[in-house]
Amino acid sequence: MPKFMLIMRATDAAIAASEQADFAAVIEAMGRYNESMIKAGVMVGGDGLAPEPGLIVDFAQTPPVVSDGPYGETKELFNGFWMLEVPTIEEAAEWAKRAPLAPGNRLEVRRVTGPEDFPADNEWVQKDEEWRAQGLQ
Amino acid sequence: MPVAEESSAEEPSAEDARAEEASAEAPPAEASARRAVEAVWRIESARIVATLTRYTGDFALAEDLAQEALAEALAGWPAHGVPASPGAWLVAVGKRRAIDGWRRAARQDERYAALARELDEAVDASAPPWDPDAIDDDVLRLVFIACHPVLAREASIALTLRTVGGLTTKEIARAFLVPTATVQQRIVRAKRTLAAAAVPFEVPSREEYPRRLSAVLSVLYLIFNEGYAAAAGDAWMRADLAREALRLARVLAALVPREPEAHGLVALMELLAARFPARLDANGDPVLLADQDRTRWDRVLIDRGRRALARADALGRGRGPYGLQAAIAECHDTAASVADTDWGRIVLLYEALGRIAPSPVVELNRAVAVSMAEGPATALRIVDGLMAEGRLAGYGLLPSVRGELLVRLGRAAEAREEFARATELTGNVRERAVLEGKLRELG
Repeated sequence: MPKFMLIMRATDAAIAASEQADFAAVIEAMGRYNESMIKAGVMVGGDGLAPEPGLIVDFAQTPPVVSDGPYGETKELFNGFWMLEVPTIEEAAEWAKRAPLAPGNRLEVRRVTGPEDFPADNEWVQKDEEWRAQGLQ
Repeated sequence: MPVAEESSAEEPSAEDARAEEASAEAPPAEASARRAVEAVWRIESARIVATLTRYTGDFALAEDLAQEALAEALAGWPAHGVPASPGAWLVAVGKRRAIDGWRRAARQDERYAALARELDEAVDASAPPWDPDAIDDDVLRLVFIACHPVLAREASIALTLRTVGGLTTKEIARAFLVPTATVQQRIVRAKRTLAAAAVPFEVPSREEYPRRLSAVLSVLYLIFNEGYAAAAGDAWMRADLAREALRLARVLAALVPREPEAHGLVALMELLAARFPARLDANGDPVLLADQDRTRWDRVLIDRGRRALARADALGRGRGPYGLQAAIAECHDTAASVADTDWGRIVLLYEALGRIAPSPVVELNRAVAVSMAEGPATALRIVDGLMAEGRLAGYGLLPSVRGELLVRLGRAAEAREEFARATELTGNVRERAVLEGKLRELG
């Protein structure tokens, strides 16, 4: 069955607003949301990204330039994801609609690639499968 | 649409409307809206049917009402958009339909009219459609009804997939390679049987519980096997059916987290499903376990299966038939090759399985494991015992396993006879080709 990733992005304003919200209530709402997907047998993974800025590695030049960021000029910050196993992208979107998120947040629904997306006779594709089989990846 | 005579009078027209809708040529936007309705239905159907059953006190009626509400959604949502709370909308429509029905009955009976007026005021599409703390129990009641022992197995399968899994009748028919009318008829008959047996909307009593839970587990496992074992049909659909069974098993394990066998069944399905990517070759022909490219096995599913088995074990009540079969699958899934497999452990697990769930098929599997652990001579004695019992007469795998053992013992002439017998017994074209290949090798 196909896997889909729900990619969560939020504007700086939305992140600032969420910091004012009742943290316990936010955790409870997220917990209930995750629980509903686990109980439905569709959630196979997910994580959040810490809110403090990280580093940006930019390939505009060679060698790439490393700088602090992203900061305010970036409209939306990638701050978490869910992995769902459902038969159609519409079902993934229907689950996404139920996320307890405030205005300023967006979820992007994307299909996760599998072995069927790559040439089976490529040496590196085969190596990749071996690594997965060995649990190295 | 061909509908069997018996069911034509009672089959709700909603079903026909849905089937027509699904087969009509729709523009892409409309088709996508329809898939959105179906997505909502997949997520909500169990809770909607459970809620309407609690509301009306009648499972068969609730199932009809839910299907009518779905038909209404399919007709309206593509044009008007999906409501903010689709589950609440569907439940409200189902309740309204119930009230309409009672009102029609009320022309004969004033009591119904009073009931309908009272309930009409209570229906509110914006209110939460169910009590979040009670709904899981109602869904569990629904699972127990759909898998009730008064029902024929294929009826339980169809009812479970439709009400709990949210599949359409057409999807079920496609997965089982039968006409849609056949599935409709099974569902109509199943609902009549449940009504005739006055099956209550309840979790079974403590005395009945183990037997009833085991009926549920076996229905889910049958669905999985249908997808896993079939050599015929639309291969993609079949693998999907197995994944749906796996999802339903996860749903069940979440509903009854204290039941080791629910986790055992999840573990077994995850560990078997992990091998899906390696089970067919480039021509779509089945590949035997020994010949599968193990690098193609799904590591994530293997890990999940092992964790599910650990959850079953952590309950401290020992392993049941599903837990033991999961443990056997785990031995295979964690071995790098046939030679690396811990066959001694597999023999022990089959012995345990044979004691709590005796069956000649388990015994035959034990013989295969013994042949790998201790050699073909010991295994042949077990197989000969099975032959003498005659309980597997007509089962093609028995002569085929015996043939393999005789080859390994250098008894080619006898092996040829066994393979010839196995060839006669198999109805499967691909299996026959494999056996004929073996006969040729023996010269």
